[in-house]
Amino acid sequence: MSAGSEPILKLDRVSKTFGSVPYLVKAAQAVSFELHPGRTLALVGESGSGKTTCARLVMREYEPNEGELIFKGKPVQTGNTKALADYRRSVQMIFQDPFSSLNPAHTIAYHLRRPLQLHRRDLKGKDIDATVNELLERVKLDPALVAPKHPHELSGGQRQRVNIARTLAVGAEVIVADEPTSMLDVSVRLGVLNLLNEMKRDLKLALLYITHDIATARYVAEDIIVMYAGQIVEWGNINKVIDNPQHPYTKLLLSAVPDPEIRFDDPKAHLQTSDVDEVRRISAVPDTRSICIDTDHFIRQVGA
Amino acid sequence: MTQPLLSIKNLTIDYIGEKTDFRAVDNVSFDVAAGEIFGLAGESGCGKSTIAFAISRLHKPPALIRSGQILLEGRDVLDLDMQALRSFRWREVAMVFQSAMNSLNPVLRVEAQFYDVLRTHQGMNRKQARERTAEMLRLVDIQPDRMSDYPHQFSGGMRQRIVIAICLALNPKIVVMDEPTTALDVVVQREILQRVNELRKRLGFSVLFITHDLGLMVQVCDRIGIMLEGKLVEQNTAQEIYASPQHDYTKKLWASFPSLHGSKTAEAFAS
Repeated sequence: MSAGSEPILKLDRVSKTFGSVPYLVKAAQAVSFELHPGRTLALVGESGSGKTTCARLVMREYEPNEGELIFKGKPVQTGNTKALADYRRSVQMIFQDPFSSLNPAHTIAYHLRRPLQLHRRDLKGKDIDATVNELLERVKLDPALVAPKHPHELSGGQRQRVNIARTLAVGAEVIVADEPTSMLDVSVRLGVLNLLNEMKRDLKLALLYITHDIATARYVAEDIIVMYAGQIVEWGNINKVIDNPQHPYTKLLLSAVPDPEIRFDDPKAHLQTSDVDEVRRISAVPDTRSICIDTDHFIRQVGA
Repeated sequence: MTQPLLSIKNLTIDYIGEKTDFRAVDNVSFDVAAGEIFGLAGESGCGKSTIAFAISRLHKPPALIRSGQILLEGRDVLDLDMQALRSFRWREVAMVFQSAMNSLNPVLRVEAQFYDVLRTHQGMNRKQARERTAEMLRLVDIQPDRMSDYPHQFSGGMRQRIVIAICLALNPKIVVMDEPTTALDVVVQREILQRVNELRKRLGFSVLFITHDLGLMVQVCDRIGIMLEGKLVEQNTAQEIYASPQHDYTKKLWASFPSLHGSKTAEAFAS
């Protein structure tokens, strides 16, 4: 993935496996990607393809079995407590479920004040309240109205905005958004996506946007990675990948996206179960060779 | 349409509150013809699921049907007594719930869950039930010999297909599907809905399809109703809803979908 700037976070051939030999699951196999400030990388794939494993590797919830994470040019070390705290401050996550990711017993102001007290030691007393208000305004919520409320008094979209404000509170530089809009209503989805776009632009954040909805990925991201069975199968500039998919799995994924132009009765729209199984089978075969399609568009060699 | 299979007439449903009532469904009328797929779209809280539950009278207090009729082949569902209702549910109207893949009993084998339905409604013995189960599983592309497995041994998409197979085991006249594939990825979603569409043509049941994904709905449904705050604001054929939406809300709903090709939707539609 080409971009002018230095990557803030880089995954270098990271692998993660679960279980032991007879039941070994290779959740991520030699995954490499880069996150750049002010750019969004979309990570798409079906359930079980390893998207969330990648998110957790980035969040350092999992230790990679192989490969390493390079943050601001230096490998991330586990021993150094201070460096780890710094990493955790800089890399923040927005979760899929806005209904369970806020503590129901506390007010919104509390949710934003806590990270400020923990990570922004320079702020004292009134400054904290002022920063809370500023954060809420940034995510287009009315501080006077929202700050004293509890999470149950807010809608899903509002809660997701609070979650975004929380990541900003600590001064995040990398945000991992794991399906941030899949539990939201269609009518508020775009609002949240627009907000993410705006933040990325204004605050030069690096965003890893995880989703199974390619259409929304196109809306927020510049680059895309398609994953299947723990491997990246196709990657590159998002428009090039979507307009000219080369890997059979990407083609399958794109052909299944609901398209109001094509009715189900249309034979063109018909997916043959045997074809689908065949694509899945060949896509799951591990292969380390990659093929360059265009300047920033690559696919993994399809196994036989 | 000569005589519709399902006819909802002036249905009004309230959720009773301590001080005020909340009108979830407000004077809604629509028909579903035999063999037709009718879609109900709208955002959460617009009352579409309330209607789905009311059709088999599965709505629970504080929901209360204030007025209206739900006619299935001319018979009013609201007049049925408990006994009639028990035989009516599932045999005439089956339902696939939201996150249906979690509605299977985790401690019973799939076979036992089919047997439950078949014994209650058709008095089948185990052997007959097993035969019928095998037949139904084949219908949804699942190996019949897997009927002795537990739900956790299947993937999400397979569980969803099993739920659909159980729904169809009694040859219902209409299947209500409330967001049947929301939790699944697009490839599996397409496979399942394609299968439902084929089965509908073969077995002749109707489908009431509820989702918020308008694009998907236009692909699958014959006719679509758009709901807003309990009211049915627009009702038309799928092509018309897509090509020339009349109501402002329908247009707004379309604008809120990022599309895969062409422009990245109107930036104007912000919040």
